Amino acid sequence: MATEIRELICINCPMGCPLTVTLEDGEVVSVTGNTCPRGDAYGRKEVTNPRRIVTTTVPVVGSKTEHMVSVKTKTDIPKDKIFDVVFALKEVKAQAPLEIGDVVLANVAGTGVDVIATKRA
Amino acid sequence: MSKVMEHHGVVIVGGGPAGLAAAIAAYEAGQHDVLVLERDVQLGGILNQCIHNGFGLHTFKEELTGPEYAARFIQKAQELDIACRLGTMVLDISPERVVTTVSAADGIRTIAADAVVLAMGCRERPRGALATPGYRPAGVYSAGTAQRLVNIEGQMPGREVVILGSGDIGLIMARRMTLEGAHVVCVAEVMPYSGGLKRNIVQCLDDFGIPLLLSHTVVDVEGKDRVEAVSIAEVDERMRPIPGTEVRYPCDTLMLSVGLLPENELSRAAGVELSPVTRGPIVDQSLQTSIPGVFACGNVLHVHDLVDFVSQEAAEAGAQAAHFSMAKDAQDGAAERGVPVVATDGVRYTVPSFVDPQKMADKLTVRFRVANEYCDRYVSVYYDDERVQHRKKRVMAPGEMEQVVLKREDLLAREGLAQITVKLEEE
Ligand SMILES: Cc1cc2nc3c(=O)[nH]c(=O)nc-3n(C[C@H](O)[C@H](O)[C@H](O)COP(=O)(O)OP(=O)(O)OC[C@H]3O[C@@H](n4cnc5c(N)ncnc54)[C@H](O)[C@@H]3O)c2cc1C
Ligand code: SF4
Repeated sequence: MATEIRELICINCPMGCPLTVTLEDGEVVSVTGNTCPRGDAYGRKEVTNPRRIVTTTVPVVGSKTEHMVSVKTKTDIPKDKIFDVVFALKEVKAQAPLEIGDVVLANVAGTGVDVIATKRA
Repeated sequence: MSKVMEHHGVVIVGGGPAGLAAAIAAYEAGQHDVLVLERDVQLGGILNQCIHNGFGLHTFKEELTGPEYAARFIQKAQELDIACRLGTMVLDISPERVVTTVSAADGIRTIAADAVVLAMGCRERPRGALATPGYRPAGVYSAGTAQRLVNIEGQMPGREVVILGSGDIGLIMARRMTLEGAHVVCVAEVMPYSGGLKRNIVQCLDDFGIPLLLSHTVVDVEGKDRVEAVSIAEVDERMRPIPGTEVRYPCDTLMLSVGLLPENELSRAAGVELSPVTRGPIVDQSLQTSIPGVFACGNVLHVHDLVDFVSQEAAEAGAQAAHFSMAKDAQDGAAERGVPVVATDGVRYTVPSFVDPQKMADKLTVRFRVANEYCDRYVSVYYDDERVQHRKKRVMAPGEMEQVVLKREDLLAREGLAQITVKLEEE
């Protein structure tokens, strides 16, 4: 049986509790160091399925005001796909006019998540 | 010369989140003659370059990016038809509240205001803060300048990056440069703790394996035309570099994230009294400065890390400015400053610095920052010698703003109150 111990910081509130998550064969068996249940939930998710929202910019053509438009993944994506998302966006040039929420790239890097504009251009 | 001077009820200097929230609140408080002056060609202030998410958790219960958060306020201001003059820089504010502006379209103009709200934001501490000898080669950027280059202009400042200072902008830029294909060698922080938010340390450094060197500073920058390497050394408790601990890191870019300073040249020239601690105006319960009818909010008042608090504070300033502008008879008396609020024992400052119990709202939020990292301390409020609040906090750090709430009825019940004290206590 493989035991793994991971040290994390809970980021759900400014307390920033230091968490110790113990895994056995990839299964979480305990979370300690948290002060409230949110820390427990964060610790479990962070070691089994960590996810992040990715924000970046892409060039935009046809806009009077902007060279670049800021974008984000509409929801969080698996953390290990962050660079895949960024690379996929390297190929993208957005076309003005754009409203906040317009899709700039659908189903980015096979995550099933769309990348949307966060600024008008 | 017989032209009548342009005149408005409330004039707001700066169209960032503070200026926008103040304008909306002034309008909603009944003053419909509001004018926002913004030197940039767009509204939104610093939020336009803060493309990361994490804004508005408190206000909208969702994580917005900077431009999205700004857009909500810009839209609201447009719906109310609030006048915003872009590309217009304020050059001077007189104690009589005459505002001088310059713009390409209109040249120099003067505007008389019944009330003024200062919302100019802050700027970065200059690189003079970097006390290293030698040349000043290209490749040294403040983190905010680099952020603007990457996010607005679409240009990369460099490929091998060392960041000095672990404030939020430095942390955010460590991730941003990494995503853009640069290699961030390390983030060095002279203090034994980071001034940035925990979530930024996790999501901007730990996620990408970028080392954070606490109690370290840059002692040498090599390169004549362009940065070629920097040397970083450990520092002792008195922040002096420890000889023999230097490590040389080859790089082409040094980014400085060494803190923000409220942008108060205009306020100073107007004669507004400034705090040596916050470098922002000293204000009373109405966020009114030492000049009657001149109010302040947002980063020009004290540096905020959460925009939600900027918006709340600015709404208060805007409403107070509206009331002042509409209550003509009450204007221009010598400002009665009320009971002083004293910050001591680990509390660096409070905003406001004065409270007039007669004029305050039923509840008043007093915001402050602590001087150090503290565990298990009590935040205490004293009315003269009587302790009236005593609340335990597990963790406090200089990077996170704290607050206490004062009740009007409590203050009114204490006639002759001479001083309110906010401090930290061990028990
Ligand atoms: C890099 C960075 C990251 C941040 N990250 C977060 C985060 O994740 N979450 C969060 O909640 N908060 C964050 N913040 C904090 C928040 O964005 C700021 O506190 C907030 O934007 C301050 O608003 P403001 O209106 O006071 O200042 P600003 O946004 O700076 O606006 C001031 C405006 O005044 C204008 N101005 C200045 N002088 C003049 C003049 N003389 N005439 C005319 N106009 C003038 C400027 O052009 C500017 O538009 C971050 C801040 C920075 C810098
Ligand atoms: S465990 Fe609870 S108290 Fe601790 S940081 Fe997480 S959310 Fe905050």
